[in-house]
Amino acid sequence: MKTSKIKHSSPYAGWLLLAIALLVLAPAVLSDFRLGLLAKYCCYAIAAVGIGLAWGRGGMLVLGQGLYFGLGAYAMAMHLKLADAGPGGVPDFMALYGDAAVPWWWEPLRSGAVAVVVILVLPVIVAGLLGLAVFKRRIKGAYFAILSQALAAAFAILLIGQVKTTGGANGLNNFQGFFGYALFDPANKRMLYFVAAGILLVSILAMAWLHRSRFGELLVAVRDGEERVRFLGTDPANVKLAAYVVAAVLASVGGALFVPIAGIVSPDDVGVVASIGLLAGVALGGRASLLGPAVGALLVGYAETSLSEAFPGSWSYFQGALFVLVILLLPGGLAQLVGMAKRTVAHRERPALEEAAAR
Amino acid sequence: MDAILAQVFTGISAGAVLLLIALGLTLTFGQMGVINMAHGEFIMAGAYTAFVVSTITAGTELSLLIALPVGFLIGGLLGLALEASVLRWMYARPLDTLLVTYGVGLVLQQVARDVFGAPAKEVPAPDWLDGSIPILGYDFPLTRLFIILLAAGCVAALLAVLRFTALGREIRATVGNRDLAETLGISTRRTDRATFFIGSGLAGVAGVALTLLGSTGPNLGTSYIVQAFLVVVVGGIGHLKGTIVAALGIGLLQAFLAHALTGSVAQVIVFLAIVAFLQLRPQGILSVRTRSLA
Amino acid sequence: MRTKISSRLLAASSVLALGMTATACGGAKTGDTASSESCLDTSGDTVKIGFLNSLSGTMAISETTVFKSLSMAAEEINADGGVLGKKLEIVSEDGQSEPTVFAEKATKLIQDDCVAAVFGGWTSSSRKAMLPVFEGNDSLLFYPVQYEGLESSDNIFYTGATTNQQIIPALDFLKQEKKIESIFLVGSDYVFPRTANKIIKQYAAANGIEVLGEEYQPLGSTDFGTVVDKVKAAGADAVFNTLNGDSNVAFFKEYKGKGLTADAMPVLSVSIAEEEVPGVGVGNLEGQYTAWNYYQTIDSETNKEFVTDFKAANGAKAVTSDPMEAAYTSLHLWKGMVEKADSFEVADVVDAADGVTYDAPEGTVEVDGENHHLAKTALIGQVNGEGLIDTVWSSEKPIEPDPFLKSYDWWKN
Repeated sequence: MKTSKIKHSSPYAGWLLLAIALLVLAPAVLSDFRLGLLAKYCCYAIAAVGIGLAWGRGGMLVLGQGLYFGLGAYAMAMHLKLADAGPGGVPDFMALYGDAAVPWWWEPLRSGAVAVVVILVLPVIVAGLLGLAVFKRRIKGAYFAILSQALAAAFAILLIGQVKTTGGANGLNNFQGFFGYALFDPANKRMLYFVAAGILLVSILAMAWLHRSRFGELLVAVRDGEERVRFLGTDPANVKLAAYVVAAVLASVGGALFVPIAGIVSPDDVGVVASIGLLAGVALGGRASLLGPAVGALLVGYAETSLSEAFPGSWSYFQGALFVLVILLLPGGLAQLVGMAKRTVAHRERPALEEAAAR
Repeated sequence: MDAILAQVFTGISAGAVLLLIALGLTLTFGQMGVINMAHGEFIMAGAYTAFVVSTITAGTELSLLIALPVGFLIGGLLGLALEASVLRWMYARPLDTLLVTYGVGLVLQQVARDVFGAPAKEVPAPDWLDGSIPILGYDFPLTRLFIILLAAGCVAALLAVLRFTALGREIRATVGNRDLAETLGISTRRTDRATFFIGSGLAGVAGVALTLLGSTGPNLGTSYIVQAFLVVVVGGIGHLKGTIVAALGIGLLQAFLAHALTGSVAQVIVFLAIVAFLQLRPQGILSVRTRSLA
Repeated sequence: MRTKISSRLLAASSVLALGMTATACGGAKTGDTASSESCLDTSGDTVKIGFLNSLSGTMAISETTVFKSLSMAAEEINADGGVLGKKLEIVSEDGQSEPTVFAEKATKLIQDDCVAAVFGGWTSSSRKAMLPVFEGNDSLLFYPVQYEGLESSDNIFYTGATTNQQIIPALDFLKQEKKIESIFLVGSDYVFPRTANKIIKQYAAANGIEVLGEEYQPLGSTDFGTVVDKVKAAGADAVFNTLNGDSNVAFFKEYKGKGLTADAMPVLSVSIAEEEVPGVGVGNLEGQYTAWNYYQTIDSETNKEFVTDFKAANGAKAVTSDPMEAAYTSLHLWKGMVEKADSFEVADVVDAADGVTYDAPEGTVEVDGENHHLAKTALIGQVNGEGLIDTVWSSEKPIEPDPFLKSYDWWKN
């Protein structure tokens, strides 16, 4: 009874710690530049929370989340470019490379409200259609992983090829404002950090609720025995689809926030390498745990920055070693370590409890 | 007419390249369910082998022919090392092998960068592959012809091994039903290792061959790996004939689309066509009738 | 349990709301002007500068050598007593071949390390990614690679060629010396080739040259069967090649394999320098043309010294090329500007820039204070049997930089 209570309440204790670290500690000790970097990691972490649901709880290896990250990011970037250009204006890069005319599919994004709707709804449509096709046909495992990877690759190639309308390999950057706030102002950058950290914390809470819901239980059941769930009268495809769509939306939101924070989005941020990079944190933190994906993504982001600053050119070694060691030796990630530590403590406590009970 | 003929030839030779890089994968992926993302880096290792051999032999006419078996050996040994050190612990979770081998690939790339330097290396083609021969009025480059023949040779050799040797029988039995094979006294551990050696060795051979077409640099593998997996998936995992059909089909489709449109658009359409195709036939062109119960 | 969660939710969201409102107030609105102060510290006996090159990823192939030549220039300057009596302290960062990382590392070098200037970048995308960072922080970038022009930032010095110092002279060469009447354009699918080809097409239209085809392959593509078939079928007098990196290797192997030769259909490349030649294969490139402002074979005392020093530092097999020479020159030019200004402050350096010259390995270059480019001599080269490039045509005197092509009446953007 006692151990089970620890197990259930600890995610919230962990959440509270994370919240204090992100909202109180970090802003107090970090310089503007470092806080900006942390904001960027938060964006990755938001996408990672979704991956934790689809991959950790649902068993779907989503190798192409860059696609959804990119949809959100480009929708936001297009809006910011249009907002900078002013009413009826043409974004600077179009005047340079293109025909100095805004294509029809850009026009709706002039409105900030439309941009927000696109960021939230477009991934639902894309992931919904794709997921419907894939999961109903019972494509799973490696097939699904490779398909989703191919889509991210195709998306990046498509973006690079359309120099006139997407900026090509350069991507979109040089944003002046964010919904009326000037991006050069450090105070506004801090605000953006709080928005990103806040959305991350809220999405973790939403995940906690999802994990404990009937849907969450079904999802784990589908992961561990898809056929059994089918025999019990629930279509596993629908369960997987829902998880996949939630992951897509979170990736899109992360991408959308990434744009004003990093100040740029380019096809490199959405392609195969970036997509696999998003998985690194999830694997490190513990894919199936509640806090693992987010904490892992924050840690990997921090490690990448500090290691590549200390040893330029060597990040490949660290990232490679991280994938090998964590997945080989610690498939449950850091969450597994925490769990083991707790069990050890519980074991130590148990004899005392048993003694007390015997008395 | 000429244009169509030219694209048929280009498509077939592109298909042969795809076949070479996917052949080893379909073995390892098919039999063991291991998704070896480091396959691309094994190809890279094969290409660097060709570079080292051509440096040692000072560019003699035979260096390419020497490099082929050496490349097979190097690729195979890398595969064995990977299997013995990492993958053998992971057969229970095949999906995770994808990420582990991706990590291994990253490390191998950076090793190549540190050992051989970042700039691409030259592997000169032998004189006897210089130029082209006219086939039906189309000048067919000898290097392309060599690769088509090599791919055909690899397929034939692999088929022969699978069909006529004891090892081949064991491999086929293990693919069919691992548990049953084991009860029949087949050492599946040994079979797995042999399979991985051959599959990775084929990557090494592909790497040697690719030096005839492209550059020899640390990123060689990454540019091929996604396509290689698509070929395997479209062909039907573990099915040799399906892989051949898929490789040639994708090669031809790519060539004709690239002719009619642009290279970038062709690549995107090919990817989307593959996704659509898998909706129709999730098991690929041909599927293995597995005798296992899972 | 449920009530417990929701009470925690409530607490959490109130913390969040508090945090957000606390910081959201007081932020500048769009339209306000930026004001940033450099944290550059010049009180000690050293001054920090930043090198930002891709040491990993796909562009490491090219940028590693730029890093080496920058390091050599810094050592020379330090051995010579430094700049304004202060030794240079190098902070090096890896751009990882990704624009986003370039933006992040540039910010780090400026805000965290407080460097006086940053040297590096290669691809157009890396430069475009860094541009707002340097403008927003009012700091200095020295960019060493030829590029597509149509840009001029107060915070960037462009020490490689702009289009009227490389592409247009190359076209002049093809028209005047090779007497071409038709041309075929082959390029990688990104901004530089597309912009370059836009210029080439307008030049061709104004000069009676027929463009027989325009082909783009994805970056990093190694499948050139179809493209070379098209080139061969079109039968143009020359090919203008703006392919990048690895794609060149596959293109030239295919080109030679299909029996096309430098005599019958020469290829003029603008992204192949001495260091790329061995990778493509001397045999595949011999006799083909390139357009740059510097070759290792330049016959001058300064260049001989430069080549000897570079080989001494990096091995006898090392070669020198245009971008690394431009990077080497950029550091010396910055030194010249700082000494002329007698200050490390960005505004003073920029004010002093106009007319600063340096006796570079390529010849004397001069900074144009207006557009921040250099006056450079255009050189057309031909790859020789040793893998080096011989000058076969020269613009004779330095060409004034004209990034927006204002002096060419056929140009319309």
